[in-house]
Amino acid sequence: MATKLTPRELAKKEDRLAPGHRLCAGCGASIIVRQMLAAIDEPVVIANATGCLEVATTIYPYTAWRVPWIHNAFENAASTISGVEAAYRSLVRQGKIPEQDVKFIAFGGDGGTYDIGLQALSGAAERGHQFLYVCYDNGAYMNTGIQRSSATPYGANTTTSPAGKVIPGKRQFRKDLTAIMAAHGIPYVAQAAPSQWKDLMEKTRKAVNSGGPAFMNVLSSCNRGWRHPTDETVEITQLAVDTCFWPLYEVENGVWKLNYKPKEKLPVEEWLKRQGRFRHLFKPENRHMIDELQAEVDRRWERLLHLCGEA
Amino acid sequence: MSKFEALAGNEAVATAMRQINPDVVAAYPITPQTSTVQKFADFVADGLVDTEFVTVESEHSAMSACVGASAAGARVMTATSANGLALMWEIVYIAASNRCPIVMSLVNRALSAPINIHCDHSDVMGIRDSGWIIIFSEDGQEAYDNLIQAVRIAEHPDVLLPVAVCQDGFITSHGMERVEIYDDEDVKAFVGTYEPKWPLLDIEHPKTYGPLDFYDYYYEHKRQQVEAMENAQQVVLDVAAEFKEKFGREYGLFEKYRLDDAEVAVVVLNSTAGTAKVVVDQLRDEGLKVGLLKPRLFRPFPAQELAQALSHLKAVAVMDRSISFGAMGNAGPLYLELAAALATHGVHIPIADYVYGLGGRDILPHEIEQVYRDALQIAATGRVEQMVTYLSVRE
Repeated sequence: MATKLTPRELAKKEDRLAPGHRLCAGCGASIIVRQMLAAIDEPVVIANATGCLEVATTIYPYTAWRVPWIHNAFENAASTISGVEAAYRSLVRQGKIPEQDVKFIAFGGDGGTYDIGLQALSGAAERGHQFLYVCYDNGAYMNTGIQRSSATPYGANTTTSPAGKVIPGKRQFRKDLTAIMAAHGIPYVAQAAPSQWKDLMEKTRKAVNSGGPAFMNVLSSCNRGWRHPTDETVEITQLAVDTCFWPLYEVENGVWKLNYKPKEKLPVEEWLKRQGRFRHLFKPENRHMIDELQAEVDRRWERLLHLCGEA
Repeated sequence: MSKFEALAGNEAVATAMRQINPDVVAAYPITPQTSTVQKFADFVADGLVDTEFVTVESEHSAMSACVGASAAGARVMTATSANGLALMWEIVYIAASNRCPIVMSLVNRALSAPINIHCDHSDVMGIRDSGWIIIFSEDGQEAYDNLIQAVRIAEHPDVLLPVAVCQDGFITSHGMERVEIYDDEDVKAFVGTYEPKWPLLDIEHPKTYGPLDFYDYYYEHKRQQVEAMENAQQVVLDVAAEFKEKFGREYGLFEKYRLDDAEVAVVVLNSTAGTAKVVVDQLRDEGLKVGLLKPRLFRPFPAQELAQALSHLKAVAVMDRSISFGAMGNAGPLYLELAAALATHGVHIPIADYVYGLGGRDILPHEIEQVYRDALQIAATGRVEQMVTYLSVRE
């Protein structure tokens, strides 16, 4: 009987990511990992791409992980977990280790997933390994010092797309990785946010029980890069959802489903104005960039509604 | 009972892999080792092995999956060549540092650019300081025998390091030769079963693999790798002794051919040693005191034993199938290492380097003969006129 997804029941479970790790106050990644692992009752084995989550949860001789965990390199969490999962199947088939319902999970940030790890992720998904890949997407290479990635929102000020006198921040719209993973035709793909924890946990359960590769893209605030107070993580994350910058949806066996439709779709600037990385966009001469971002958010939202049969 | 078969080097290696029956093989098609992986895929498809065969999307992912599977507690193998190895490099280093006893068949060929595909040793020389044990093989038989021994060396508790078993691209990988294939059960008994000490898949006892490791411990971990390398040399000899007892074929740190009473010798890796032996016999017929030393174990480098084995000579000619660009005299890695070994161990004899065969350029007996005649001249005069010679190159 699976643990009920209620605060009362979940509070009885031991955290699989122990307190004492060195992630920043208000970091989205630790909230996401704890929520997702609490949703899974079965044993888990984790592969972690190089990034904040990796460096801040381990430093020899300490570890915050109460479950088997491996870090290999930046771009290869998906191929590393492929190897672990292949070893498990081989050893179980040969009777060398007992069969358990082990869930194999890879965590990577957007840099390690959208950019340098995309090939490894695509390959592992195509091969059909039984694993869940989780991208905690904070929209830049935060661990190395807030450099732009292909997940960075249009207009954002990062250390490699600085808001300069001539070029006001990042000039490209973000890559739609969730749709790219859906195009792989794997059993389960979802987009989620820790501000809607129950949705995130339910999706986690679906993902690890999908019978094949699964991918979840989870929005993860980084207050160092996004520039907001540490106690506003959940609120600002939810604003991304309510502005439809980060819609919550899933693609289960090819069927697209919208999981949350804001009662009132807020203008994207409601999300932007809470973050220092977009401050320069509010100068009058840059107003057009907010409009362009709004137009792109609207375009993607309409497309999603269409795909989900909501239009 | 063993039996003799006509096999290309790659087929011999694939046969060894079938007999070893690893838990996981992750590999990517890159010529000329591809035929090993294809042959092994047949064994998988025909149910002749228990292996989980992971057909990764790149060499980088091949080694990444190998590291994951090895940490998980599986016996793991792969095969690669040239640019594939170069792409793997980041994870090659990680595999050794994480003490994953992965065994790799490495079919040596030239690195790009220009793209070439044929044999030289530039690929393996790029990983010579990565922490892998590196073994060279003259022919298909040796590649087969070395691969079987490599499993035992890699997994030895005093070692726990990955092993690369080299052979020459196309020359032996695709050259058909007579290879003695041992009985499946005998190979199985020889390699035994892998008992990982700290498998990631021991769910009840969670392990953290690959943590952040700063200046307060990283150095000690590197020091421990040195200790494992130091241990490896004796393990290589012990495994070879056991192999000889079981299968009758003798292996050591290197092979000496008509060396003990020689005055000059050539030192050369892999298949060219076979050609050189023919030249040695011809020159011996002329009454010239020439010999050959063929290194087998390159990492760890048995410096003292090599110096000892060459100490009675009047001159040594090293033949290098790669260049260490910008190193002393733009010499080859084997020369540089051997010259250092001789000097360090007090063996003061003239030593010259002959770079040859880059990008698969044929090396012919008369060219090797010229190297011997050069060496005899050096022995006569006691002087090396030219430290590095690029054999048969159009200048």
